[in-house]
Amino acid sequence: MEELAALAGGFAVAVTPYNIALMVLGIVLGVVIGVLPGLGGANGVAILLPLTFSMEPTSAIIMLTSIYWGALFGGAITAILFNIPGEPWSVATTFDGHPMAQKGKADEALVGAFTSSFVGAIFAVALITFLAPAVAKFALKFGPAEFFAVQFLTFASFIGMGRGSPAKTIASMCLGFALACVGLDGVTGSLRMTFGHEELLNGFKFLVAVIGLFGIGEILTSMEDGLKFSGADAKLKMDAVIRTWRQLPKMTGTFIRSCIVGCWMGITPGGATPASFMGYGLAKRFSKNGKNFGKGELEGVVAPETAAHAAGTAAMLPMLTLGIPGSPTAAVLLGGLLIWGLQPGPLLFVEQKDFVWGLIASMYMGNVVGLVIVLTCVPLFAAILRVPFSIIAPAIVVVCAIGAFTVNNAMFDVWMMLVFGVLGYLFTKLGYPLPPLVLALVLGDQAESSFRQAMLISQGDVTVFWSNWLCGAIMTLGVVMAFWPIVSGVIAKFRGPDRVAKVA
Amino acid sequence: MSAINPDQIHDVEAEKPLVSMRVADIGVALLFLAASGIVIADSIRLGFEWRENEGPAPGYFPFYVAVVMALASVVNLIRALPASEDGAAPMTSVQGFGRMSAIFVPAVVYVAAIAFIGIYVASALYIATFMLFVGKFALWKAIAVAGGVSIVSFLMFEVWFLVPLPKGPLEAAFGF
Repeated sequence: MEELAALAGGFAVAVTPYNIALMVLGIVLGVVIGVLPGLGGANGVAILLPLTFSMEPTSAIIMLTSIYWGALFGGAITAILFNIPGEPWSVATTFDGHPMAQKGKADEALVGAFTSSFVGAIFAVALITFLAPAVAKFALKFGPAEFFAVQFLTFASFIGMGRGSPAKTIASMCLGFALACVGLDGVTGSLRMTFGHEELLNGFKFLVAVIGLFGIGEILTSMEDGLKFSGADAKLKMDAVIRTWRQLPKMTGTFIRSCIVGCWMGITPGGATPASFMGYGLAKRFSKNGKNFGKGELEGVVAPETAAHAAGTAAMLPMLTLGIPGSPTAAVLLGGLLIWGLQPGPLLFVEQKDFVWGLIASMYMGNVVGLVIVLTCVPLFAAILRVPFSIIAPAIVVVCAIGAFTVNNAMFDVWMMLVFGVLGYLFTKLGYPLPPLVLALVLGDQAESSFRQAMLISQGDVTVFWSNWLCGAIMTLGVVMAFWPIVSGVIAKFRGPDRVAKVA
Repeated sequence: MSAINPDQIHDVEAEKPLVSMRVADIGVALLFLAASGIVIADSIRLGFEWRENEGPAPGYFPFYVAVVMALASVVNLIRALPASEDGAAPMTSVQGFGRMSAIFVPAVVYVAAIAFIGIYVASALYIATFMLFVGKFALWKAIAVAGGVSIVSFLMFEVWFLVPLPKGPLEAAFGF
């Protein structure tokens, strides 16, 4: 139980009045970000990152993770009240959340959503508390081959578990890798794909890509379709809390299923969005009330929210222990750690014990504080949506521009943000997934250098990736994942077409 | 300028179509192929062979990444080519494109202006212009909101968090 002792130490680091104040500020900002279109967890954190440069790393990461928790909570508010998912992972929440609001049970839906988010998050944090040190200890023995294997598995999972077209996923991912190659090659020092442009020397900054792809891209989509918030009332009486909590114990099965699905999808970078859909789907299949799903069933709100929050939180586990983020937002947080001179990975648990345990403790605290804030302040947050979009849209463009500029103090990045914005719009419209692109851009350098180191050690022998059972198992799993769409296609053909129709 | 009201739901499918999904899909696949071509060309310059004591040459990784990207894009292109019902659906309409341009074209001008008048003044002008011409707000409201956003961001970045942003002649006049 040395984890508990370490955790207690972490609480001592995290629980200072200053940090709690940052937590509250972060969560409020996060909910606002989650509620507003065009600002999401990933680009919201990216934009606010420069504000934390002058802080201590522990305080800074507490604020940034709090923004993330807030954004996770915030997505549910618009989904339930206005049938507009503030975040992609709250799409599944609209299925039952909005019908509940239309029946006048918006308060129960909101309380249910927040509570289940909380449960999912705490489950994932507990998992991190006990699993992360073990994973980190284990990963200390990793060589370049093992690291490449894990990275390979990460990207292969996108292909194997993605919902869209595998060819589009691969194209999007490779574009990320190609962009990551631009600039100075860390191993040989040669310039790659800069074509004589000095601005490209440092390569493409993934924070800029995140701000453009998600922020500007979403603003364009919202401008195209228009945005009208004509929503249900957001009054939340305290008796609704008790009324809802009384119904929740019946859904223990759903909670457990969604927690497990969420954690799995968060650790392997499936992400919160597919996790929420899977949580919803599982609950629909196994719940006694499954046939009422879609008509305003509380369980239909609980299932996706629990899974999304569990996934969003669990995404921090591979980020901290292996330096491989499980989601775009975790990738942005990883970028922050690098800026403060902290190298995420197994060594972090040895060299920066205070920081790591302070962060884990703050995850517990942040979610408790978050739950209290959202339960008490829903009407305020809902009021933000009454602000006309013709004010919000240009203001968000301004915020994105400031965020992109501060990444590297370069105007070039602001121009790139606009380019990435157009790409983000096109890719979203045409079903090219964005998370693989972002993660490839973040991890490209690392994946490439572990690959080159491994190859150098083995003198060009690819079998180095199967030289021991661990590495071999991860690589094999990765290869299976990468070819899963083809494999499942063949299986489906053998079983006949009617079965496929049912699954799809 | 026709009325562009972003605070209203628009049914893009019902409007006059501009680009179909199929055309857009083909265009983006070609864009990917072009990107692959650029990367492959530069990788060949850098070399993608095995080097003694050095391991894979600098072009090795990008070369194969670009080859995979090209293959995936060819698959996407072949899938997009035949006319289909899904492909015929509009990606955007003439009006939808107009609404997007209403925010994007001024944004380009805004980014260009930052270099000359600083980010705060440019932001205020951008927000105010959009509110006036697209949102049809009263002049005083537009000035109040735009000025407010700029002043708050100025305080936040320059004063509280000490993150310097591009400034122009106006800030210089106040001694910043």
